[in-house]
Amino acid sequence: MKPLQKSEISSSNDDLGEDVRLELYRLQFLLREAEQRAFDLFLQNLVKGTSHLSLGQEAVAAGFAAAMKPGDLSFCTYRGHAHTLARGVPVEQVLGELMGRDNGLMRGKGGSMHLTSVEHGVMGSYAIIGAHLPIACGAAWRAQYKGQDDVSVCFFGDGTTNIGAFHEALNFAAIWKLPVIFVCENNHYMEYTPIGDVTAVPHPAADRASAYGLERIIVDGNDADAVYRTAMAAYDKARKGEGPSLIECITYRHSGHSRADPAKYRPEGELEKWKERDPVKVYRERLLDFGIDKDVILGIESAIKREVDDATDQCKAAPIPSQDIIMTDVYADGGFAWRN
Amino acid sequence: MAELTYRDAVARGIAQEMARDPDVVFLGEDVAKAGGVFKATVGLYEQFGPLRVRDTPISEQAILGAAMGAAMTGLKPIAEIMFSDFLAVCFDYIANEFPKSRYMTNGQVKCPLVVRTGNGAGSRFGAQHSQSVENWCMMIPGLKVVAPSSPRDVIGLLAAAVRDPDPVIFFEHKSLYPMKGEVPDGEIVDTLGTAKIVRPGKDATILALALMVPRALEAAEKLKAEHGIDCEVVDVRSLVPLDTQTILGSVARTHRLFTVEENPRLCGWGAEIASIVADEAFYDLDGPIVRITTPHIPLPAADVLEDTVLPTPGRIAERVRQSLGS
Ligand SMILES: Cc1ncc(C[n+]2csc(CCOP(=O)(O)OP(=O)(O)O)c2C)c(N)n1
Repeated sequence: MKPLQKSEISSSNDDLGEDVRLELYRLQFLLREAEQRAFDLFLQNLVKGTSHLSLGQEAVAAGFAAAMKPGDLSFCTYRGHAHTLARGVPVEQVLGELMGRDNGLMRGKGGSMHLTSVEHGVMGSYAIIGAHLPIACGAAWRAQYKGQDDVSVCFFGDGTTNIGAFHEALNFAAIWKLPVIFVCENNHYMEYTPIGDVTAVPHPAADRASAYGLERIIVDGNDADAVYRTAMAAYDKARKGEGPSLIECITYRHSGHSRADPAKYRPEGELEKWKERDPVKVYRERLLDFGIDKDVILGIESAIKREVDDATDQCKAAPIPSQDIIMTDVYADGGFAWRN
Repeated sequence: MAELTYRDAVARGIAQEMARDPDVVFLGEDVAKAGGVFKATVGLYEQFGPLRVRDTPISEQAILGAAMGAAMTGLKPIAEIMFSDFLAVCFDYIANEFPKSRYMTNGQVKCPLVVRTGNGAGSRFGAQHSQSVENWCMMIPGLKVVAPSSPRDVIGLLAAAVRDPDPVIFFEHKSLYPMKGEVPDGEIVDTLGTAKIVRPGKDATILALALMVPRALEAAEKLKAEHGIDCEVVDVRSLVPLDTQTILGSVARTHRLFTVEENPRLCGWGAEIASIVADEAFYDLDGPIVRITTPHIPLPAADVLEDTVLPTPGRIAERVRQSLGS
């Protein structure tokens, strides 16, 4: 799907409408602010361990989340902050988890790579590459079996397309016609290695779709509108019982793979080129082109900044987890006992 | 009361649970129309239909992943992995996904599923289709591990596994499939974590699991007949949860402990039990704990080779006799 040209833009031909546009912007701005805050907190040594930011990839998370219905389920990777926040999980709970505080989503038992909020349909963040694709199939199978109309959406990177579970899941979803959407965020790198160096086809997801009888779908992953439209079509197809979709979103991560990575392997000028197409910046310009009042935009931005500031303050003030929880929830009885 | 094979007990156990609860679904390779490679699931497809009894592609990761996704969101799946050796192909789910989801999410995610798999040797299948791999699973926090030795226990423990809110790996023994046993009519439901004294005795305790249970029983009869040694045989039945109470109680009466394991010696479950008994019942013991295992080797295929490495009734009896010094 081509991005709109400036000359084509006017509020009279705006098929998405102002509410959707503002929501797409709000989400992207929120993800940007919250993740940048996570990075600041890391520099202050308040976020420990590792964290994988998706700065620059916000349009994918925002587009898919805005198109979801309550009750739809998302399955993320270790690079899951944005997808988690986009489902409405409070910033405080996400930052709290990154900071290892008791107010964190999992009270510090999961950490950055395992963000989960079942209440918001965020069914987990999976740190083993590809593991969650078959799991999303299972959730979709349940929906199909029980006649429920939710859709399971599974986000993953380009590198994931080379692992066996990717292929198993796609075949499985296709033969069972499951209401599941596989979303490949092609940010051009598998950790430190350009995806092209280790992949037999130029489009690691889309070029393999036909192997599973699926349509080849590539979308500009820096354009939230394009993502949103593609997502809506895929949800619709899934809800109608017409089976899975595999969508490759072309995007770019602005930061390194994880917090320890300065991304020195990138060719000179590449980041700068992509920053010109920064999804948050591009979308803001588009809102103005559509004639949306600048004050409305500023209002959204200041509200989010306040939200992230407040969340940060709350996390800094939050207690650390009580050691009582270390031995809980290994088994369903709440404990860890494996013998009588 | 009916006489049933272990193989037929599997199908009856699954049918019992599927009839009771419409959320119980069953998937695996060749399990539906073909009735399973070991013919342990014959009739289920006909009885419960293609929506609940599903053939999958050869995709072990997809089978266990889908079982997990379904379990997390409200179903109670039973997934079959044909041979337990193949658990290695989808071990991520066993080691990283099922057992840790509840803990990592602070109790948000639940994973009530059962993985059934054909375990163990005796069929001359060689080193990639004959292993006893219950130890692989036993060491992982968050899993439960069960291995029945009789048709009756297949049904009772399978029911307990399906009804259990935690992920359970259910090891059926390939060489036991043709074994017959008395099975009461009606619903059978056991409790996980209950070992069973299958032969009371006073001179020594022999702990065994799965195929080693009938072999230990045969050894006990031999010891009694030939040497007047009266052994208690305890079927462990479930490694996690582990019924240490029954085990310690038996040792307190007999004062000697032998474990019979089919798995290779290194890090076998018998070592864990020996350690518990040494820790907690040292003064009950009249002699060292003896582990009878296969050697630390891959399993050979030919009759004579396989028979030589697995504990047999004769070898078990001989080892017990030597140790007791009669
Ligand atoms: C099975 C497995 N192998 C390797 C890793 C280490 N690892 C973590 S992230 C990553 C790269 C993944 O790249 P991609 O799928 O493109 O996702 P992205 O990080 O770009 O979002 C690797 C190799 C892992 N977590 N799991």
